[in-house]
Amino acid sequence: MVAKDHESHPLFLPAVFVGGLVFGVGLAVSEMARPEVVLDFLQFEDFGLLLVMGGAATVTATAYAVVGRLRDSAPLTGWDYERRLKSFDRNVLLGGTVFGVGWGLSGICPGAAYASLGIGNVTILWAIGGMFAGAYLQGWLRAVVAGDESPAATAEVSD
Amino acid sequence: MLGELYATLLPNGWVTYAAGGALIGLGTVFIYSLTGISAGASTFLESTLSYVSDRPQFAQYRASRDWRVVFSLGIVLGAAAWAFTFGDGPWLTDVQPWRLALGGVLVGVGTRLGKGCTSGHGVCGVGSGSKTSIVNVATFLAVAIGVAQLVAAMGVSP
Repeated sequence: MVAKDHESHPLFLPAVFVGGLVFGVGLAVSEMARPEVVLDFLQFEDFGLLLVMGGAATVTATAYAVVGRLRDSAPLTGWDYERRLKSFDRNVLLGGTVFGVGWGLSGICPGAAYASLGIGNVTILWAIGGMFAGAYLQGWLRAVVAGDESPAATAEVSD
Repeated sequence: MLGELYATLLPNGWVTYAAGGALIGLGTVFIYSLTGISAGASTFLESTLSYVSDRPQFAQYRASRDWRVVFSLGIVLGAAAWAFTFGDGPWLTDVQPWRLALGGVLVGVGTRLGKGCTSGHGVCGVGSGSKTSIVNVATFLAVAIGVAQLVAAMGVSP
């Protein structure tokens, strides 16, 4: 995604906020804000997580298929409707593996961690602190390793 | 027979999971429809670091850092709104802090290295039919299942 001035429309931030609210309600309703429920899934004791991810991806897939046909560009930004397509390289596998170890150990992922704080789970700050430390660590490592992906050793803007 | 299988696979039923998943999708679709943005949750970690660090790896996210804070704040407050009205009120995890902290570090490294997490790759990427995302999700699911089973087998609980 190209970095542009996102202050262009007065309703831009409110729209993002409302979307975040709904997203957060979904994470709370689906129980994904509870690491125990995620760990239950990973230990094959409750397969609900597949319904959560499948349900969310199905709704989203419908929008990706339809929205771009209804309009040429997004009303609040003027940006094109693009699908979320990332280039593939070994970091996708390496990152997925490292994330998998962390997720399997803790039962928590970024969005669910923010939602977990919302349901009053202050203990989750251990995980959120860890995530920031990890994000900083990989930024530092990319600089050290440099040339891994690009001259600036940058990650793509993803989620 | 089928009833037994259902109770084994979904001891807590399917409604909350499917409804929650649909709402997660709706939040994503709302933002996408109005802005064209495929919002995920893990870039927030790096973009927010740009407020306190001048490193170019984080500075590249300056353009989106404000809306990402707003999005994440929305997630926190949305979850709170549910928990303190229709939900069960405040809740604390029993998962041990060392697991959360160490797992968190690995999640921070892995999601940023792998260009996304459960929301970016798992929801938006898979919803886009992205092969990269599908491979990433298959990888982290398989690894996480292995690790969680291993940790449980070693007697670590909760």
